[in-house]
Amino acid sequence: MHPKLLLNAHQIDILLHRLACQLIEKHLDFSKTVLIGLQPRGAFVLDRIIDLLSKYYGVTDIAHGKLDTTFFRDDFRRTDKPHAANATQMNVSIEDKCIVFIDDVLYTGRSIRAALTAIESYGRPKEIELLTFIDRRFSRHLPIQPDYVGRQIDSLQNDKVEVKWKEITDEDAVYLIKEIL
Amino acid sequence: MSELSVDHLLGIKYLKEDDLHLIFETADHFKEVINRKIKKVPTLRDLTIANLFFENSTRTKLSFELAEKRLSADVINFSASQSSVKKGETLIDTVNNILAMKVDMVVMRHPNQGAASFLSKNVDACIINAGDGTHEHPTQALLDVFSIREKFGEVAGKKIVIVGDILHSRVALSNIFALKKLGAEVKLCGPKSLLPKHYESLGVAIELDLKKALQWCDAANMLRVQNERMDKSYFPSIREYTQLYGLGLPLLKSLNKEIVVLHPGPINRGVEISSQVADSDQAIILDQVENGVAIRMAVIYLLASKIMIPA
Repeated sequence: MHPKLLLNAHQIDILLHRLACQLIEKHLDFSKTVLIGLQPRGAFVLDRIIDLLSKYYGVTDIAHGKLDTTFFRDDFRRTDKPHAANATQMNVSIEDKCIVFIDDVLYTGRSIRAALTAIESYGRPKEIELLTFIDRRFSRHLPIQPDYVGRQIDSLQNDKVEVKWKEITDEDAVYLIKEIL
Repeated sequence: MSELSVDHLLGIKYLKEDDLHLIFETADHFKEVINRKIKKVPTLRDLTIANLFFENSTRTKLSFELAEKRLSADVINFSASQSSVKKGETLIDTVNNILAMKVDMVVMRHPNQGAASFLSKNVDACIINAGDGTHEHPTQALLDVFSIREKFGEVAGKKIVIVGDILHSRVALSNIFALKKLGAEVKLCGPKSLLPKHYESLGVAIELDLKKALQWCDAANMLRVQNERMDKSYFPSIREYTQLYGLGLPLLKSLNKEIVVLHPGPINRGVEISSQVADSDQAIILDQVENGVAIRMAVIYLLASKIMIPA
């Protein structure tokens, strides 16, 4: 089936602005907050939000990092090909800080479970929140829910939600690709 | 490419260039892991690895064991001196007895060339060669070349000289294979009696004069004289060897450029390399040791990913 456009670049921009504002509401000056983009694609959302916070809302020097969860996944040796790891950049202290995990799509929740274990390697944060740009709310395998959501999408288990970021493709867009039965 | 083209690590000879890049990229990630506050990942928590050392080893055995533990694997250690091998048990029987305890992977060092290859054909487990006689020592070469890549950014086009007892060195052969596959230029330097006869077939050149070799290279890998593998005298005296092929600080400083010095250990200070050189900023010997853990984690992780959990 032809992909159905769910969000265009303008809509994505509005949603990212809203998410940035919601973060300010809760975290004020971000002095006790660390934003963590989950590799690979949550890193794009992280960079966008940091850019918006600095450019439009005057919040600069936000502590942040990028976390790869490949070695903490629960499907190692269960997939045909192993997942390729991405770079982790965690040059920041998380001890007693409020962490916000940032990802582009929340689907089964398994990546977030892996991230919750992986982050322990860097210290003991005070609390951990979750921001996701897209929440496929009826596809969860684990009891994990987001604190900040760009857009909820109701889709069937086998549907595909494709988020395109212009950093790696030529456009910002979100498509729904229905399974052909 | 996200997986290796091989199911065992028997030697660098059997790896493709892409395999080397994949191992190095994976080791980059594991190097970050071993520098975290908590240096352990849970990836291999359901695998058991047996370290079988039929020959003495300190750093390779420790490095493998640490790599396995950092990956959360269960580890059992075996050394020939305390085993039933002394009572006449064959290699296959020894390994099959260990595998009956539900072991998934075997890391083996053995004094005979081809032992790892032989084992891989006769037992049902993933085999990693931790050194087989004078044949290959693939993880040592991987960590040496990884350290060179880390220092220079890339390996292609770099000039590397391997100095010393090439004839008895499994490290040298594995290094030659790895460096050539990645596009480096390689020269061998040492007394004629300790150089292999058919070096041309390896695509390397020979330089008998150490100063000329060092002047030519970007990095020098100084090998140990392996007295334990020598069945006759290959040079008149240690003193003469050191005078002609030992790297001291005056020689290093006399070069018109700064080269990188590697040594696979154990070092015979004052023989192939002086203490001043071993402890100098140009030596990356301790970086090699740290990289050894990351490289072995990468190799074990990539090979383990091919051992599928039964449905």
